[in-house]
Amino acid sequence: MKTNSHTADVIIIGGGIHGCSAALHIARRGLKVIVLEKDYVARHASGVNAGGVRRLGRNLAEVPIAQAAWELWQDMPALVDDDCGYRSSRYLKVARNETELSEARSRVGKLNAMGFKHEEVIDRETLRELLPAASESCIGALHVDADGAASPFRTTLAFKRRAEALGVRFEEGMPVLGVKRQGDIWILETPVGQFVTPSVVNTCGAWGGKLASWFGDNLPIEARAPMLVITSRMPVFVEPVVGALGAALSFKQYDNGTILIGGGVCGAAYPDENRTRLDLAGLTTFLKTARAIIPAVKHTHVVRAWAGIEGYTADKLPVIGRGEEPGIVHAFGFSAHGFQLAPAVGSIVSHLVMGETPNLPIEPFRVGRFDALPMG
Amino acid sequence: MDYDIIVIGAGPAGMTSAMTAAKFGAKVLLLDDQPAPGGQVYRAVESADERTDDILGIEYAAGRRLTQALRSQHLIEYVPHANVWQVTDGHEVGFSSGGSARLLRAPWIILATGAIERPFPIPGWTLPGVMMAGGAQALLKVSGLVADAPVFAGSGPLLYLVAYQYLKAGAKVAALLDTSIKSSRLKALPHVGGALSRWDMLSKGRSWMAKIRKSGTQIANNVTELRIHGKSAVNGISYQTQKGLSQEIKTENIFLHQGVVPNVNLAMAAGIEHFWHSAQLCWHPKIDAWGRTNVDGLVVAGDGMGIGGAEAAQATGQLAALGCLAELGKIDVADCENQAKSVSAALVREKSIRPFLDYWFQPALHFRVPSDETIVCRCEELTAQDIRDVIDMGIAGPNQLKSYCRAGMGLCQGRYCGLTVQEIIGQETGREPEDIGYYRLRPPIKPIPLDELAEMEADPPANEN
Amino acid sequence: MFRRISKPQTNPIMLDFEGQTIYAQPGETIAAALLAGGVNKFRVTQEKGSERGPFCMMGVCFECLVVIDEQPNQQACQILVEPGMKVRRQRGAAEVVPLGGEVDHGL
Repeated sequence: MKTNSHTADVIIIGGGIHGCSAALHIARRGLKVIVLEKDYVARHASGVNAGGVRRLGRNLAEVPIAQAAWELWQDMPALVDDDCGYRSSRYLKVARNETELSEARSRVGKLNAMGFKHEEVIDRETLRELLPAASESCIGALHVDADGAASPFRTTLAFKRRAEALGVRFEEGMPVLGVKRQGDIWILETPVGQFVTPSVVNTCGAWGGKLASWFGDNLPIEARAPMLVITSRMPVFVEPVVGALGAALSFKQYDNGTILIGGGVCGAAYPDENRTRLDLAGLTTFLKTARAIIPAVKHTHVVRAWAGIEGYTADKLPVIGRGEEPGIVHAFGFSAHGFQLAPAVGSIVSHLVMGETPNLPIEPFRVGRFDALPMG
Repeated sequence: MDYDIIVIGAGPAGMTSAMTAAKFGAKVLLLDDQPAPGGQVYRAVESADERTDDILGIEYAAGRRLTQALRSQHLIEYVPHANVWQVTDGHEVGFSSGGSARLLRAPWIILATGAIERPFPIPGWTLPGVMMAGGAQALLKVSGLVADAPVFAGSGPLLYLVAYQYLKAGAKVAALLDTSIKSSRLKALPHVGGALSRWDMLSKGRSWMAKIRKSGTQIANNVTELRIHGKSAVNGISYQTQKGLSQEIKTENIFLHQGVVPNVNLAMAAGIEHFWHSAQLCWHPKIDAWGRTNVDGLVVAGDGMGIGGAEAAQATGQLAALGCLAELGKIDVADCENQAKSVSAALVREKSIRPFLDYWFQPALHFRVPSDETIVCRCEELTAQDIRDVIDMGIAGPNQLKSYCRAGMGLCQGRYCGLTVQEIIGQETGREPEDIGYYRLRPPIKPIPLDELAEMEADPPANEN
Repeated sequence: MFRRISKPQTNPIMLDFEGQTIYAQPGETIAAALLAGGVNKFRVTQEKGSERGPFCMMGVCFECLVVIDEQPNQQACQILVEPGMKVRRQRGAAEVVPLGGEVDHGL
């Protein structure tokens, strides 16, 4: 017979930010929640990403969720009792030719038609005012004036602590080894025995596809290791967070003067071994891009590089939705842009778990859209 | 690939590895960050004059035999001023030389990156005027510089050696404050047999101490507390002994030392597994008798595999090279094992005194786990209190701590705080070192100018990702 | 302070350190030359404005960072002196040389 300590109304598998956010929102509905995390909370992508709190440039399908999340980000202390290191910041995606600029204008048109006014296109002059360090090749930019950045590890921990204050129990070092269905309930096998619940949430990130298959859902996901670089300190000379329309780049200078640079280049990921291997030669691509857009960065040193393990879907959109079987909800596969969305996704998950219609549109993220693809 | 073996580090282990390999026809690249070969123990030996030889001793001067042999070995391409910032599990070495960053491949890579001095966190240790004793010795070796009436504080053979060398140089030493403790000495007693088999080394050490005593230098034993004074630079140090004696000594220079530990950054960043050595209280790479690690193609030699001293380093350097040569087919296995026999015997002899020394000079816990006010992470200016506050929040692993408060994220990459942070966690949580683990180290293990990295060429074939 | 135990060679190399002339020996590191010249404060930290000087003398502690000929983050204990070098303390974060070439001493 199972003891009380191994049963819950909802069991969340995966203690990254999406798991912790879901835990908080579900606990607020008065349910008993246990989170099972195979390593420690924020061990992987959630603890080591660039911390971008960004609406700018998102796939249009994600914009409503991003906008809802943005509202929560404006008052994180109210949600999680911690400011999470959040700083409001302009975001710019610079254009280096007319095609990029006109594509940006047409995007803004579409957003406006959807009712979203947060993005605008700015010209060369305005760009120079906001980013004096921009190179001559930058002729304009897509701009949001009130996005921001936060500290990923700290934010995830804040969600965890707030959830714990509401009674959520976190079991770290607790991998789920197998899953069985027995009538109306799920039985989750772990090294310390079985956990039992009618309702499971899968927020396993790069491992989400594997877990999904145990619940009978075909949601293939690829584990990759996007690399980030941090430089030595320079006086603060770049205020906005900078990206590029024509290349993968993310460039952010912190208050302490260090600069975080990313560029969509991946090292090698070994999810079964919890490790990644860096490809320093691969960094040269986005370091060159960073240097081409903000030349003064060449005076700094690369102090450290790293890569977490992130899960990417085939269409780079997350999976958010109920699985085929009753009692399983998935929220994973955020393909390196899930951090900002997390406060709102947790709320969506709580609606799904309660059997309610979610508060935000999630059709593009539905389970089952990969059924044409082989099992992942 | 141009080279059969790339050796990193031109100390005794690296030089000997390279020369052994070249002797059997391997094409060797030897990379080192200093301007001349010798590592730390034989630093600047090529340019040392007679007076320097006399001050530093015959063991130092003997290093010249190695450097001269190295220079005459033409199958070795020796590159000084090379900043090696990465070694991978794909047979690659990333390094910078002459303003360019390069990625080279070789079937075998020998890491001979040696040791660094253990952190010595005490109040005031970050003030200008405080140096590690090995650093003071480097200044003496390289530039013939001595400080005026410095205070030496800590424990371990290197501390006494440098104080002794100062006296030989005709410099005054204000005081020697010895922090070695009785409980460590008691732990060493079961190993005294090994020590006695190296009576030569023991008497050397005793002759240093005798000279220090004879010189009239003030010596305090069983020092249990140290505090460095000064506002923007050192002006003194106060100490307290077990017996309750306390005093403040005025000085502008303080040299600290409490042992050396393997410089693990390159090895750990390459994915080499390490284990906690409970006598030396530090991390050692897991290796076999040939220095081979869990990573294919990566071999460790010298003090980087565990502190053993210069002679042991030469032996392990030879064994590392022999192992690689056998793998490359440059010598046959029987020949390799034959050659290795006498080297292994010499190694056993060299290491016989180690357990005794390791325990005798094991630094006291109160000098490894400091008081709240003491800076622990020098680069990020975090105190022990800052670290303990984060642990109190339930953030109790070195990597979580690093993510949360930046401890270990500075330029030194944890070399001067990693062991301290780990041991503070041990003290606060009661967990064992193997359980706590160490910072997850990533390349580059030394900063690279962004421009250089952006322009880097990689040796074909490109990385298989 | 530090003093030389052997007689300095007759052709010293001259460096400028914040307006002060430092006499160095050929083959010497900048750190050694500065110490011999009576300078032991090489930089000021960013967070707390603390002064720091050379510590390990083997290139692993990164305390001895100075600005040499307007290049920041130079490890004084690793770099050999060259005639005419202009060396100064690194104060806070490294300083930027924008496109125009004029040094910007902190924003």
